[in-house]
Amino acid sequence: MTGIDTIRFDNVSKFYGEVLGVNRISLTLSPGITTLVGPNGSGKTTLMNLMTGLVQPSRGKVSVLGLEPSNATEFFCNVGYCAQFDSFPRGLTGFQFVLDTLMLFGMSGEDAHGLAAEALERVQLDASAAHRNIAGYSKGMRQKIRLAQAIAHHPRVLVLDEPLNGLDPMARAESLSLFQELGRQGMHVVISSHILDEVDRVSDRVVLITGGYLIAQGNIHEVRQEVRDKPMQLFIRCDRPDLLASKMFAVNHCVEARLHADGRGIFLRTGDVDQFYRLLNEIAIEGAVKIEAVAPFDDNANAIYQYLIGSDGSSL
Amino acid sequence: MTELIGTLRQQPWSLWWIQFRRFARIEIRRNLITKRAWWIYFLAFVPAVIIFIHLLIDRHQPSSMTEDTNVLAGIVQFYYVRLGIFFGCLGIFSRLIRGEMIERSLHYYLLSPVRREVILLAKFFAGSVSSVILFVFAMTLDFVLMYIGYGGAGQDFMLHGPGFGQFQAYLLVVTLACLGYGSIFLLLSLMFRNPMPGALLLWGWEAINPVMPSLLQKFSVASYLRHLMPVSVPAEGIFALLTVETEPVSAWVAVIGLLGLIAVVLVYCCFRMRRLEIRYATE
Ligand SMILES: Nc1ncnc2c1ncn2[C@@H]1O[C@H](COP(=O)(O)OP(=O)(O)O)[C@@H](O)[C@H]1O
Ligand SMILES: [Mg+2]
Repeated sequence: MTGIDTIRFDNVSKFYGEVLGVNRISLTLSPGITTLVGPNGSGKTTLMNLMTGLVQPSRGKVSVLGLEPSNATEFFCNVGYCAQFDSFPRGLTGFQFVLDTLMLFGMSGEDAHGLAAEALERVQLDASAAHRNIAGYSKGMRQKIRLAQAIAHHPRVLVLDEPLNGLDPMARAESLSLFQELGRQGMHVVISSHILDEVDRVSDRVVLITGGYLIAQGNIHEVRQEVRDKPMQLFIRCDRPDLLASKMFAVNHCVEARLHADGRGIFLRTGDVDQFYRLLNEIAIEGAVKIEAVAPFDDNANAIYQYLIGSDGSSL
Repeated sequence: MTELIGTLRQQPWSLWWIQFRRFARIEIRRNLITKRAWWIYFLAFVPAVIIFIHLLIDRHQPSSMTEDTNVLAGIVQFYYVRLGIFFGCLGIFSRLIRGEMIERSLHYYLLSPVRREVILLAKFFAGSVSSVILFVFAMTLDFVLMYIGYGGAGQDFMLHGPGFGQFQAYLLVVTLACLGYGSIFLLLSLMFRNPMPGALLLWGWEAINPVMPSLLQKFSVASYLRHLMPVSVPAEGIFALLTVETEPVSAWVAVIGLLGLIAVVLVYCCFRMRRLEIRYATE
């Protein structure tokens, strides 16, 4: 593959001094909507900053459509990035903000005005607001104006860090349908989110990362399956762990058991979490074992489980 | 060599030039008209205020003109070069990049289709224009206020005496001081989160520089400027300690030497700029 139409990460690692940003990421993204999903601090922003040259990889190589960010003129004609920082150059109106960037492309003032107006229309920021100072904008308006700035020059690759943050449900729906439209036009749209639920409908591809590691990628069904198939460790506090273990091993999806040091709990590793919980419920109802508490033990697995299967992703 | 020239020819120079101008315009718009920089105006115009008071109370005997010329030379050499322009440029130039990091707006520029070298040089240009306009204006005001009280004698000094030549020399000194300190502070701000300790070190370095071997003097802005001063200030008191007679250097050599120093610093700035990462979290 020449990489002319893909975004490629080649064994990329990024360390911030001692702190791990992302580790050994190899990834090839083709056009359409790709969503990076993971809890806060998992490395989504790092991946996006690497893609756009705001940080440099400690190891490995990143290329976007075969271009490198050091060749800024060509690279940023093709790439638009709406970063997560909710800050602006001082003293500008929304329109000036979008216009200033467009003027740097070397186009005429007339063309730049046209494109700026078009971008503002696309994000549905009303004209009166566009000519007010950004300092007075609401969070949602600031999100919109940053999006407008990123798409104004018609990039082929659009990178959006948590673009739905701070938007009301109405604006979310509008943004999502805009992303879908851009994806259909053959653009690369890379979005990040820490809530899978809100983006899974529109994503052609999901990339799951936690703690700087790539956990799974593919379409949403593949990813869900992949996560389900990963054995997961749970800790169960109960009065008769040995009995619980034997009951669990009677069904074959329990792959490992280890007694807690105090004898009043057990670690169990299971390949099928749904089945496991169903069985545990049955045992609890039976009453032979008194179960006090159940908790996913493995932090990563815990997070992924909550993201993909549980509903409580937002609290992380 | 021909290959290099070929590559250079192929670069989109005209686009870079357009970007440079537009970028510089954005910067100057934000740099010149800012209330935050009030203390820089203060630094620039303190001598004018003092000279103005002097203008009101002094009787301006023709005999005191030489003395006033020396005072003016002292103001340029010891006040502007060592203090006013030094700290004024620290304020102006270290804000260019670092200020935008603190305000978290630098990434917009790094994501624009402008090479980082062009961004850096355009910012440097904008800082230079701002500081040169400010300090040249202030210095001109000092000059006018100093001699206006002498009436016809002052006019004569300006138009037919050495006054105009001195004025031109001061213009050159002020301009070069802005560019020289500006480039160094731009570099310091690229290297350190807080450029202040570095600036204070530089300040000490500039102060002790006159007593350094001439090789080390090549790395000091003030020592180049000293060769451009039209009037040598008679050393008195504490200044005598700091003023050491060095071998005379012709003005041209000093100008070219300083411009060379500025160029080296800017090249290294470009190198740092290319490797700059956006890590606002740690600012
Ligand atoms: N500038 C930085 N300095 C030090 N550590 C950082 C910096 N930026 C990010 N990190 C660390 O890198 C990891 C990934 O962060 P990030 O990419 O921001 O995650 P996400 O966007 O998924 O929340 C986190 O552990 C974070 O603390
Ligand atoms: Mg993030």
